[in-house]
Amino acid sequence: MTDATTSSLPSATPVSGKGSLMQQDARTRKRNAAETRFKAYGIAAITIGMLMLLVLVYNIVSRGTGAFQQTFVTLEVALPAEKLDKNGTRNLDDIKKVSTFGYTPLLRDAFEAKIAEKNIETELSGKEMAGILSAGAAAQLRDFVLADPTVIGSTVAFEFLASSRVDGYLKNRVSRDSIANDKNISAEQLDFVDQLTASGAIEKRFNLDFITGADSSDARPEAAGMGVSMMGSFFMMLVVLALALPIGVAASIYLEEFAPKNWLTDIIEVNISNLAAVPSIVFGILGLAVFINYMHLPTSAPLVGGLVLTLMTLPTIIISTRASLKAVPPSIRDAALGVGASKMQSVFHHVLPLAAPGILTGTIIGLAQALGETAPLLLIGMVGFIASNPPDSIASGLLDPNSAMPAQIYEWAKRADPAFYERAWGGIIILLLFLVTMNTIAVILRRRFERRW
Amino acid sequence: MSFVKLTTSALAIAAVSATTAAARDQVQVAGSSTVLPYASIVAEAFGENFDFPTPVVESGGSSAGLKRFCEGVGENTIDIANASRAIKDSEVSVCAENGVTDIIEVRIGYDGIVFASDIAGNSFEFTPTDWYKALSAEVVVDGEIVANPYTTWDQVNPEFPAQPIQAFVPGTKHGTREVFEDKVILAGCEATGDFEAFKAANGDDKKAAEKACIGLRTDGKSVDIDGDYTETLARIESNKDGIGVFGLAFYENNTNKLQVATMSGITPSTESIATGEYPVSRPLFFYVKKAHIGVIPGLKEFAEFFVADEIAGPDGPLSEYGLVADPKLEDTQSAVADEAVLGGNS
Repeated sequence: MTDATTSSLPSATPVSGKGSLMQQDARTRKRNAAETRFKAYGIAAITIGMLMLLVLVYNIVSRGTGAFQQTFVTLEVALPAEKLDKNGTRNLDDIKKVSTFGYTPLLRDAFEAKIAEKNIETELSGKEMAGILSAGAAAQLRDFVLADPTVIGSTVAFEFLASSRVDGYLKNRVSRDSIANDKNISAEQLDFVDQLTASGAIEKRFNLDFITGADSSDARPEAAGMGVSMMGSFFMMLVVLALALPIGVAASIYLEEFAPKNWLTDIIEVNISNLAAVPSIVFGILGLAVFINYMHLPTSAPLVGGLVLTLMTLPTIIISTRASLKAVPPSIRDAALGVGASKMQSVFHHVLPLAAPGILTGTIIGLAQALGETAPLLLIGMVGFIASNPPDSIASGLLDPNSAMPAQIYEWAKRADPAFYERAWGGIIILLLFLVTMNTIAVILRRRFERRW
Repeated sequence: MSFVKLTTSALAIAAVSATTAAARDQVQVAGSSTVLPYASIVAEAFGENFDFPTPVVESGGSSAGLKRFCEGVGENTIDIANASRAIKDSEVSVCAENGVTDIIEVRIGYDGIVFASDIAGNSFEFTPTDWYKALSAEVVVDGEIVANPYTTWDQVNPEFPAQPIQAFVPGTKHGTREVFEDKVILAGCEATGDFEAFKAANGDDKKAAEKACIGLRTDGKSVDIDGDYTETLARIESNKDGIGVFGLAFYENNTNKLQVATMSGITPSTESIATGEYPVSRPLFFYVKKAHIGVIPGLKEFAEFFVADEIAGPDGPLSEYGLVADPKLEDTQSAVADEAVLGGNS
């Protein structure tokens, strides 16, 4: 470096005597060109990165937003007492004997009534008309009746989900060409959908159930939602936070402030770094062997998922906590010790509060990592048709079978019906929103509270 | 410190879990990914119509499911294993070693295996012979056993277009692979008479001849797909010459992207499979641990509900999804009601 500056410094004795400050010599031009090139490389790298991100976000948003809208059919259904409560006693146990299959004919009758009322001409049979509804419509009727048996005998207006094909038709995913060989829906049914849409009985609107609802079987993708698996993720994060934070912080304080520096602590240090690099699936195998096969904890439970993810998050938290403890200048400790504080007082009254923002940031980033993890969950039974019952208490949230957001997305992406594919992308949007929020909080915490010396 | 509180609460959680782990109130199912959609449809309907909680259905493959099933009796083992093939004798003996002696076998229906290619591409009318000649590692040409020389479909069968051979077949961990080898490749091998040639070359050893027949070529013309049908579909979308092996239900959900090929002149459908005309089909099963009936609430009810007429019958939701209803469903229903165990006479 010094050899370069001599030639351009005005005070230096001119080597050749020619040229002025305004006129760059060949060497300076070369150096400047190199700098410009390097800047261009940097800008190109950032542009490529941004482009990739844009493509990714565009893809996710364009494919996933459809999942947040759903097609609903409004229908007035008569609930005749002679079919739903044959004895007329309004006894709940008697009414329960009528299964969802007993409610299906009511939907057909409701469609017959609808076309008579709206003067719709169609050659479809009642069964075919009812085919545009979700397979869950009968269950919706039954739940409604069981919740309040006094409605039997009256006619009630319902909003049913339309079947995934009809929904796809209104979202332009399904067309008359694409269903040419499809057994689940016919072109006549789509004509019927058009007629109903014109009469206002079918509309597409925001679908809160996608965010709050439960997973559904392959027969009714239109009813599937992320809500229950979100609860699963939430309870897992709770376990991770409750275990990884205290253990991680205690371990790092001891290692950083109290432990003697010898070969044993060196080995521990190396192993913590190694642990941070272990693929997450390994923790899944460990979890299966230790928590489920040996400790007999229930399979598919968020508690076990949380324990496995704790193992995965611990190294991240320990490493970031140790880094932020190291960043606190020794003068703070010396001053505390100098005025007579004990070692523990100096740590807990002075060092730890100063390191807290760094610790929190590390913890949040560790949690975000754990939130997006699928591989270990595969092995402890959290991937499958699981997330169907929302937990009703903390204990059931921890112990009842549940899935997690990334596992739910993976499960949907595997299923046959293309409507699940759309939901998988929608699920990715929700998961990304969570991750972005957590990382933003981490950045804000760091910016606001971190002190630099 | 709040850390102390947190750790004690964590310990409390662990304590609670240790006590409640002993009381499981929902049925646990695992196994074949082919049966998974059917099992989840039944589980959902079961949860809606009964006061029992919705059963948990996991996938992972028939072999993996049966392995977990045979781990023993107890509440931390699964109650039901789904399988796209019948349980093997070796698996039954592993079960017996671990104390799982009384196993109820339930056949839920039949599933068709179809061959499909990109909707915009050529259509095919296959016979097992075509598949054997296109995919076997070794074939007989002019009386000599040679490494498979065919690269395009018209070399296999002059009626086909000159499209490069590119097949996506299920990997060996899938139950579907076994059926594909048995009912397509081996059938083709026998039909061409190559079987006899392999038998002669192997010193009249039938097993070795079978093995030679179903050995698939490894030069990239045949690709094993270890993932799900969605992966096979993605491969075909990126390689329009590809022909994939799918389950009938998967094809019926993706008719806008795939066209199905006929096999021996028969178009696969639930009807042609039910009559037995379409040759490539297989029964689907689930296995119930009898020792768990009465211990796990709802287990027997779930098994009975699974094979009830309104679920597994010809007009039920399973058949709508692509399952071929079992014509002998009544026998299955009474077997489940009587809790008839495998190989036993109870």
